[in-house]
Amino acid sequence: MKDFGYTINPDRQINYDQNSKEPVYWLETMEPSVNICISCGGCTATCSARQFTDFNIRKVHTLMMRGETHSLKKEIKKCMLCGKCQTVCPRGVNLRNLILSIHKILEFNNL
Amino acid sequence: MKQSVIIIGGGIAGMEAAASLARMGIEVTIVEKENALGGHLLQWDRLFPDRKRSDEVLEYLKKEMDSSISVETGCSVKEISRENGNFRIILDNEKILNGNALLLATGYDLFNARKKEEYGYGIYENVITSAELEGFLRKNPQPGLMKGFQVKRIGIIHCVGSRDEKVGNLYCSKLCCITAVKQAIEIREILPDVEVFCFYMDLRMFDRHFEEMYYEAQKKWGVHFIRGRLSEADENPDHTLILKVEDTLTGLPLKMTVDALILMVGMTPSAGTKKLADMAGALSGEDGFLMPSDEHLQPNETTVPGLFLTGAVKGPVSVGNTLADARAAALKIYEYFSRMAG
Amino acid sequence: MKIEGKKRIWQDYQKEIADDSYFYVRSCVRQNFFPASEKIFLKILKEELFKDIYENASHTTCSGIGYHSDVVPFETTMTIIARQFALMTEAGYENFVSSCITSFGLYSEVLETWNHFPEVEDRIREHLLKATGRQFNKPKNLAHASDVIYKFRKEIGERGKFRLINCKSGKPLKGVEHIGCHYSKMFPSKGIGGAEYPYVLVGMIEEWGGEVIDYPERRHCCGFGFRQYLVKANRGYSIACSKKKFESMEPYHPDFILTNCPGCPMFLDRWQYAISEMEGKTYGPDGQGIPVLTYEELAGLILGYNPWDLGLQVHQVPVEPLLDKMGIPYNPETKFLGKNGEDLGRPEAPSFLHFYPETK
Repeated sequence: MKDFGYTINPDRQINYDQNSKEPVYWLETMEPSVNICISCGGCTATCSARQFTDFNIRKVHTLMMRGETHSLKKEIKKCMLCGKCQTVCPRGVNLRNLILSIHKILEFNNL
Repeated sequence: MKQSVIIIGGGIAGMEAAASLARMGIEVTIVEKENALGGHLLQWDRLFPDRKRSDEVLEYLKKEMDSSISVETGCSVKEISRENGNFRIILDNEKILNGNALLLATGYDLFNARKKEEYGYGIYENVITSAELEGFLRKNPQPGLMKGFQVKRIGIIHCVGSRDEKVGNLYCSKLCCITAVKQAIEIREILPDVEVFCFYMDLRMFDRHFEEMYYEAQKKWGVHFIRGRLSEADENPDHTLILKVEDTLTGLPLKMTVDALILMVGMTPSAGTKKLADMAGALSGEDGFLMPSDEHLQPNETTVPGLFLTGAVKGPVSVGNTLADARAAALKIYEYFSRMAG
Repeated sequence: MKIEGKKRIWQDYQKEIADDSYFYVRSCVRQNFFPASEKIFLKILKEELFKDIYENASHTTCSGIGYHSDVVPFETTMTIIARQFALMTEAGYENFVSSCITSFGLYSEVLETWNHFPEVEDRIREHLLKATGRQFNKPKNLAHASDVIYKFRKEIGERGKFRLINCKSGKPLKGVEHIGCHYSKMFPSKGIGGAEYPYVLVGMIEEWGGEVIDYPERRHCCGFGFRQYLVKANRGYSIACSKKKFESMEPYHPDFILTNCPGCPMFLDRWQYAISEMEGKTYGPDGQGIPVLTYEELAGLILGYNPWDLGLQVHQVPVEPLLDKMGIPYNPETKFLGKNGEDLGRPEAPSFLHFYPETK
């Protein structure tokens, strides 16, 4: 293959059709409250880890729901499981189980 | 002598106001351009948030229609003039009506989705409007929405023709969000295996039980909500559609194939309203809907004595609120007559 | 696809195109990219349609490339464009026809700016007068050259010797059209068919017997984007845009791509070669690419001009498969001969793209 001194940029669009539906399926099964999130960001605002790292649990949740899992394994490990997020959530999402479930799904499916 | 009112518009606002006025002993004539009373509700299946059949509302309104109410259907107003505080109306069939007061209840038109060219309404096979889905549900509340292939995923687009400077409508039509939630639930009921995605900019669940219905859509029915406005839809060779939005909560562009696209068309001032308002002396707002003399204190009155407004002619409004507004208008007309009688 | 829906939109976006007496301005780059296209345009207008079309050797760049790359300020651009209008006025013409889409977009933008801000127009008139002593009238009619070919598509079709029909199967050839972004995305009302469903090239393809494919990434930019291509470090982003389009159109098996912009045919043609060399991927059957044509080249083929006189030998994606389908005769031996029969040398064959003439 020839090298012209540049490469072809990869597509950054979320391709929902191509992304695996497994993560969403397992997440909905393991923690049904994932669907009632209204993306208010309360969890992320109070998150201990967010103050010092890029960890954004609100966004991790959304990316999981889109099957956009490629960078999440590294992300989810930044959570300290302090549970502050759960005390804030206005919809009563079970964030503790959500985080543990995301961790398990990513590990189990080797995503 | 009996006082009389002419109501232009025989939708639910006109019907309810007529019934209330008749009960107060006032003589009423309704002028309706279509051949039947009922307006847009005739095409609707069920109402949010309690899923009441729209026919139930229509039946109630029809039952209320006193035999004293005269109805002129299938005709339009050609001319309105005002003499000695009374209104004289000439219809396009040359009939002349006289009234001591005039109530404009000419409602709204659904936004013409063709104007959003990039959404492909009228061009792509499987793009329909919220009103067309209602019509379909009304006729055929059974599975098999799409012909010829298995439906797996449906997209619902909020704010079509609303909050959109490009089509000249800056305002929010406010009822489309809850309609989307209602229709998403109905699709999931009829086609439980179909994924439903709502694409919204803000979810405006402004009235009682609406937020709870949204919660139910998420919790019980697993309807997905993606915050992002549809930029364009394109058709695949198999007539499925590719949607392109920004998933604003991840900050990434997203594309998704859906089998059908349902456009939540907004409400626009009805076609004849501007002309009628000009003839009667009512003022329009920048959005084209008519202006009462005070939006807080005199929501049914205008700057012209004896000229009243009710319903969606003043802007998007729900069925329940329309009926309440029609009753308020009737009361205000009654009070106006009492004042005139001194 | 419901064609009635599209027709309704097309009706909403019709524009006036002058019938005769054109002042023609060339593009900066097209004579290098697609050397015969502009010459063929003039030939078609003069010798086939018997129109009066004039060009002036003093015409310069409109400065669009510099303007869009942020190196030429708008004030300068407007004055340069005012000078082109002065050349038109001095030559006694009123109908301005631009070969370039970027220029067409920029002329539209300048006229629209002057329309909204007459004081800017006054200032530019003053600049031009001071700098060159010239004065100008604004054009009565502004058109892109593809608008003019569109206007006379029927006449060209009637005079034509070939059609966009597969000579073996008798079926229409399938074409995808790619419109230059600045044709109608800036001012939808200035383009035939508007911005979402432009009709200018569709009208030609349909008139000449072909069938148009509406593929999902039809509206996507070819990736030229001025700075994106001009800066080598950005080319990965430019080529990715073209690749997105190829992947979207590939399932429809198009026989050709038709374009109306200087940059688009260049990139849709050359990037197919670059992608094949970088990834081994070709988008046509058996290592072929998808031939890319300018509208003048296609009109020339329809009219029966010699493909090598149309400059088709300088395309990187060989056009021979399309010529074969249309039944257009060509001499493989003369493909790389220059104007006076001089041998220009045979280019190195690509690694993956099928090369014509085939080596024996």
